[in-house]
Amino acid sequence: MGPQGMKETTNMRHWLPKAGMAVLAASLLAGCGSGSGSEDAGSKPPSFKGRGPITLATGKDTTGVMDKVLDQWNSTHPKEKVRMIELSESADEQRQRMIQNAELKSGDFSVLNMDVVWNAEFAANRWIVPLPKGEIDTGSMLKPTVEAATYRGNLYSAPWTSDGGLLYFRKDLLEKAGAEPPKTWAEMKKTCDKVLKLPEAKGMSCYAGQFDKYEGLSVNFSEMIHGAGGSVVDKAGKPTVNTPEAKKGLKWFADAFKDGTIPKEAITYKEEEGRQAFQKGDLVFHRQWPYQWALANAKDGSSKVAGKFNVAPLPGLDGPGTSSLGGHNLAISSDAKNKATALDFIKFMTNKENQKKRLLLTSQAPTNAALYEDKELLKKFPYLPTLKASINGAEPRPRVVQYGDATAAMQEAAYGALSGKTSPDAALAQLQKKLAGVNSK
Amino acid sequence: MSTVAAPPPSPTRPSSGQQHDPASAAKKRKRDTTRLVAFLVSPTVAVLGLVVGYPIIAALRESLFSEKKGLDANGFVQQGEQFVGFEHYIDLLSGEAGERFWNAFWNTSFFTVTTVTMETVLGIAMALVMHKAVRGRGLVRASILVPWAIPTVVSALLWQWIFQANGVANAILGHKVLWTTEGFQAQLAVIVADVWKTAPFVGLLVLAGLQLIPTEVYEAARVDGAKAWQQFVRITLPLIRPVLLVAVLFRLLDALRMFDLPFVLIGAHKGSVETLSMLAYDEAANTRYGPAAAYAVILFLYVAAVAFVFVKLLGADVFSSDKAAAKKSKSRLKKPAATEVPA
Repeated sequence: MGPQGMKETTNMRHWLPKAGMAVLAASLLAGCGSGSGSEDAGSKPPSFKGRGPITLATGKDTTGVMDKVLDQWNSTHPKEKVRMIELSESADEQRQRMIQNAELKSGDFSVLNMDVVWNAEFAANRWIVPLPKGEIDTGSMLKPTVEAATYRGNLYSAPWTSDGGLLYFRKDLLEKAGAEPPKTWAEMKKTCDKVLKLPEAKGMSCYAGQFDKYEGLSVNFSEMIHGAGGSVVDKAGKPTVNTPEAKKGLKWFADAFKDGTIPKEAITYKEEEGRQAFQKGDLVFHRQWPYQWALANAKDGSSKVAGKFNVAPLPGLDGPGTSSLGGHNLAISSDAKNKATALDFIKFMTNKENQKKRLLLTSQAPTNAALYEDKELLKKFPYLPTLKASINGAEPRPRVVQYGDATAAMQEAAYGALSGKTSPDAALAQLQKKLAGVNSK
Repeated sequence: MSTVAAPPPSPTRPSSGQQHDPASAAKKRKRDTTRLVAFLVSPTVAVLGLVVGYPIIAALRESLFSEKKGLDANGFVQQGEQFVGFEHYIDLLSGEAGERFWNAFWNTSFFTVTTVTMETVLGIAMALVMHKAVRGRGLVRASILVPWAIPTVVSALLWQWIFQANGVANAILGHKVLWTTEGFQAQLAVIVADVWKTAPFVGLLVLAGLQLIPTEVYEAARVDGAKAWQQFVRITLPLIRPVLLVAVLFRLLDALRMFDLPFVLIGAHKGSVETLSMLAYDEAANTRYGPAAAYAVILFLYVAAVAFVFVKLLGADVFSSDKAAAKKSKSRLKKPAATEVPA
């Protein structure tokens, strides 16, 4: 660790004048007012000057790994120490604290550890600053993670961890039934018909995801729409859920609820309820995040399916499906002091070594593409290639500024359709209207 | 509200200075006392003004403003807020916001009425049991208080386990009810969890009242041939009434502000259990502070109105039951009971 840290610092020294030039160039470009750039010409370009102590505002560190990483930085940067400010475990509360901090124009939080879906809102409200071009090594990162960190052409945060949905399936049962992991929803249903006839599969259900009315439903709903070839919003942020593709996607899942392909109680499933059902051996297929891999493989008796399952990319309507993108980004608060240090720190956190360490210690998926081929990692995380495919094909959830309203509207529509209270068509028509109104509020 | 003021100036105490005219001296003394009282309570008033008065006024002001939300050409949110008058309040009369608001309003009222009624009945029953328990009274009392001691969020999580699709509740019922889904079952789950948690609170306050009733009253009633039910209705209830009313008032005000139980147990954005506090929270979380403040102001007025009506009612009741009690048992039991309550 020592030599690497040294190298890091010397690199930083070289970097400082470069950064100054980059800022200068950026301000010149902005001054020229070439209409193509979406740089806000009216306001001063953020200056990445100033070195000294900074803070990292992050959700509660349940892994206990963060301290170690910060110690490493602090030992090599005695004059630019980073102090961790631990916020609540709940994402909503983290977001609120960060917004409060921004609205008070307080410099208390320098670097923000943000959920990937907050990027547009924080950028549009100028709560975070665009990162100077060419500083973050976006070329080495998976493309969708970079896209999700971008707002109107500018990179506002550095992709740090990522996440994608996987289709967990019961390898043992599929083999018995002589079936391959399905590529489409219809195939999945057909496979289920075969599997559920096996005596071992008595009392099992076919499929579940996250269908309770919370953020997880927005994730699953987006996957239903994208998996059928539709989209929730277009590139300009206009809603597009009133299309035949979107209708087909939602209808398939509403029907699956009706005919029992998805068990009735799945409407109450968040990640954990679904995981318990899968681990108890109640489900043949389960849409879930990578974190379930280690837990469902636990040999301590907590899981009845240890060693009996595998993962595949999510299925879609006519071909492979599309996952929603999860993960966290690091951004710099607009009112932060010592932005130069903050930028260095973000680069340090998102570099390949640290991402690898993080994956090994917390099994959080990296954004660095090369790590998905790392032999050492593959041994411990055999699902990495599937996850890479999932993230590479992933669509960010709608990048709208009023994301809170957008996700509430998506949950309302999906919940109504899946619980059979509204028809998918009516739910989507309503959603189209609501999403159109979201940004004009 | 009576405040504990400085003791009235005693006429026997000699006042400093010369006494020319007893009347004017008395007036001066009174003025001095008033000034002293004002001086002594001023820190309290200042603190109350800061922590109660200012937030209320700030919320009232905020509810008349609206954050700009539109995006400019570069995709940035326009800054600043604008004065919109009573627009947020008028919005509540119709449209989508109105529908959501009235739903939350009725939910809040429904939860308040149902939970407080059940808690009162159960609380009295618990108090009677605790009162009668001779052996292990301390243990019974402590164990009954456990639900009240658990933080609401934690008890909400506990009940979430119970009300899971494969949870204990369904195992006992032998029927799969999806408790946390939208509908009456979600409301029922909230009511059950809330009653479980706060009935002990009512029970404990009522127990304090029960312990102040002298046993002679019951002995006299028994001599007169009163049956158990008659004793309960004619003696116990009237005598615990002041305590009970305070307990119910506390519970009413608490229930009207209900937030964490439905939020954690059932979840946000679920219309069947959304209360006014949850609505205000949701608006604030989406940085629409104007409407959030308007909802909070309405909730505040609602709570204030209920408290006002209840205190008026309470005052009248204390008075009339006082007389009735004095007439019936020829003893003034009411007063000591009433003063014991806050302790």
